[in-house]
Amino acid sequence: MEFTLFLVGLIAATLRVATPLIYGTLGELFSERSGVLNLGIEGTMFLGAFVGFAAASLSGSLWIGLLAAIIAGLLAGLLMALLSVRFGVNQHVAGLGITLLTTGLSLYAFRVIFGESKVPPSIESFPMLSILPETHILAPITNQYLLTFIGLALIPVVWWIINKTRFGLQIRAVGENPEAADAAGLNVYAIRTSALAIGGALMAVGGAFLTMAQLGSFTFGIIAGRGWVCIALIIFANWKAVNVLWGALIFGGVQALQLRLQTLGFKLPYELFLSLPYVVTIIALTIAGRNSSAPSALLKPYRRE
Amino acid sequence: MTKYRIERAPAPGWMRILIPLLAIPVTFLLTSVIILLDGANPFTAYYHFLVSPLAGRVSAIEVFVKSTPLLLTGAAVAFAFKGGYWNIGAEGQLYAGAIAATFVGTVLLDVPPIIGIPAMIIGGFAGGLLWALPSAILKVKLGVDEVVTTLLMNSIVLNVTSFLLNGPWRNPVSMWPQSPEISAGTVFPQLIPRSRLHFGIIIAVIVILIIWFVISRTSFGLKMRAIGLSKEGARFAGIKVNKTMLIVALVSGGIAGLAGAGEVAGIHFHLIDAISDGLGYSGITIATLGGLHPLGVGISALFIGLIDTGAQTVSRVLGVPVYLGDVVQSTLLLVTLSLFVLQNFRIRRVN
Repeated sequence: MEFTLFLVGLIAATLRVATPLIYGTLGELFSERSGVLNLGIEGTMFLGAFVGFAAASLSGSLWIGLLAAIIAGLLAGLLMALLSVRFGVNQHVAGLGITLLTTGLSLYAFRVIFGESKVPPSIESFPMLSILPETHILAPITNQYLLTFIGLALIPVVWWIINKTRFGLQIRAVGENPEAADAAGLNVYAIRTSALAIGGALMAVGGAFLTMAQLGSFTFGIIAGRGWVCIALIIFANWKAVNVLWGALIFGGVQALQLRLQTLGFKLPYELFLSLPYVVTIIALTIAGRNSSAPSALLKPYRRE
Repeated sequence: MTKYRIERAPAPGWMRILIPLLAIPVTFLLTSVIILLDGANPFTAYYHFLVSPLAGRVSAIEVFVKSTPLLLTGAAVAFAFKGGYWNIGAEGQLYAGAIAATFVGTVLLDVPPIIGIPAMIIGGFAGGLLWALPSAILKVKLGVDEVVTTLLMNSIVLNVTSFLLNGPWRNPVSMWPQSPEISAGTVFPQLIPRSRLHFGIIIAVIVILIIWFVISRTSFGLKMRAIGLSKEGARFAGIKVNKTMLIVALVSGGIAGLAGAGEVAGIHFHLIDAISDGLGYSGITIATLGGLHPLGVGISALFIGLIDTGAQTVSRVLGVPVYLGDVVQSTLLLVTLSLFVLQNFRIRRVN
């Protein structure tokens, strides 16, 4: 019985930890499948976390907050597109620049709006859905935030968009061979720009989940490298939407497990556990090497002659 | 009638110098918007940003203190980028250098500075180099993209640091997450009494001079520049691309490691979690702003050091959040990056 409770709690926590990673990784998937590595992800998630929180706090409406976060993420994606697609500048430097900029802007605006109060401001966060009655043994697993369910549902939706729709075909075409796509009459710039904008919006929702559902407050270390975990997960997922689920759940599971073992009094070097996804990714990159399904035109700016 | 035509051809050389200079006013124009939103006057703000720090003795010295690690991370990134190796991991290599230096400083007790200081330098360089090693080997042996691996190595070393500070190195008395103090013989000497300016800045200047010499005056520099322009071309010309790139990657890591050693041996005297807080990423801004030229890197590092110091002055005087400095720095990076696109074009008169 005790073990069942432990397991139920673990699965429930795994889903919560995995949620922001699912959004972030799906967002990065759009960008990378169109041929752009968006290292702005870490900052875009931070921006989403801040804007969602601030807009909800100022307007008093969580939904307005979420919408504001989506718009902010969209804009961050568009800025990345302006730099990396239109101007064709170095993608990793542009991406890191966007991470630095969005992080700086969020911190600046946070201080302007909320001042330097000792007590961190908080909001009434999204409630958990109660699908099963509290007394039911599986209630912790099913009673999650709406955003978690939406995130899980988005995985097949994104798979369908990328693999089964015309827009998805265009994204894959410009990500694999932009010259051929252009010759076939596609507008490479416009398609990559759309993919980056959608991607940015998804990343921002991932960040907003943390402030608006899980925590109800904004702290400076809120993203703490989750964006980089997403960069790792996308390689682990071999650029396939469905694998994103497994990657996010495995990472979420390990994280949730170490938190639980720690509260039970096990002395673990948890900091080293936190490095696991990065180490696994580097090993995965080593094994996969050139056999990976990375989009062929990834990191290559396209310039129309 | 004369007409002008824009064509795709390398712009004249003076454009390369003009672009970063042009980027500065554009950046200030863009960032003045958020200063206005906070109800402050942008002109006053920029006065305190750029002029005030240089007016006082203490703050002027502080500009050089802040620039010390930036000179090194900027040099590390510029050296790697120049050789066609996209090292995003200066931040992590800095931490590795700081860890190694802390190890040296806490193990070598009762040594004279003549032994202690070189040991710290070698330790810092070796730490950064070792942290750069896995990505570099994967790149040259298996063709694994270095951007992602160097980036992920940054996250790993942060966790390693936090593990060390909460575990083996935790201060047993205060229980603070900070390492024991390094021994007296391994501390970098102060250059100006009662200031934080230390020997690290001399190391930084020497490193910049060395990489300038290597890049522009040696056959190795010629090879690495050729690789930076085109790997295929360099290979075709008979250059050992992999071997050259491996050396470039490791030296770059070592230089970033020196920055970490300097922060430990000259500023903090022990390891803390926040030893860097983005100095490695600022190195990317500095390298870009400096056009990957060692001299440009030197000037840019001093400029970013000025911005970092100025941000604190602005914050103190006008009550504008200190994060204005981060916004200005990152905007400057993006603006410079965008303006550099212009150097691929030339305006020509046609009759």
